[in-house]
Amino acid sequence: MRDIRLLTQTFFPGALIGPFTQANPGLGGVCTFVGEVRPDSEVEALELSHYEPLTLPGMHALADRAFDRFTLMGLLIVHRVGVLHPGEPIVCVSAAARHRRDAIDAVDFCMDHLKSAAWFWKREKRADGWHWIEPRSDDTRDLARW
Amino acid sequence: MVLLGKLADLAGTPTLTLAPPSSAPLDWDGVIAALPPALAAAAGDPRNRVAVNGALLADKADLQADAGDEIALLPPVSGG
Repeated sequence: MRDIRLLTQTFFPGALIGPFTQANPGLGGVCTFVGEVRPDSEVEALELSHYEPLTLPGMHALADRAFDRFTLMGLLIVHRVGVLHPGEPIVCVSAAARHRRDAIDAVDFCMDHLKSAAWFWKREKRADGWHWIEPRSDDTRDLARW
Repeated sequence: MVLLGKLADLAGTPTLTLAPPSSAPLDWDGVIAALPPALAAAAGDPRNRVAVNGALLADKADLQADAGDEIALLPPVSGG
């Protein structure tokens, strides 16, 4: 079961996991990661922009690679765009597999690629206005793990 | 032309319309020449990628855009 979505409104990751689990009967394990806007005294909001023709197709391509690389039964990737506030979920990745290692590694793989190589641009709003977030060297290092 | 990330801020707009050249298709040098100077300088960052009608180009030098094509200028994506 494969569920790849880009959302413009806030979502409740917990509400996704039950149906996702039920849609993969016979699984041995489910691993789920939820990323939220980190509360930071200086950051009032985070805005994620995307480019329609590339962003969702890129997420599907990432899912294809995860299915090729790991033995998965199901994969869910849900990512927000738009303006988000601290505490709101940005991303939810869940993988279902017969064996735990595939589920755990697939989520780790997808998250490293979503954070470093997916077509999202982020800026954060501080007291003095909006600031674009630049690529970090950690991101390259994260990708090199795979 | 669609501008993403900080390039949209620099341009003051997320989209620009470039006049197509009368004869040959628009190439990368033609795009740069048609942009306001501050944006042209930022657009020249070698890390930027270019897509035409939603398809990424392996090399900006391959750009050949005709009237009505959508050129997207994609700066490096933000990290985590």
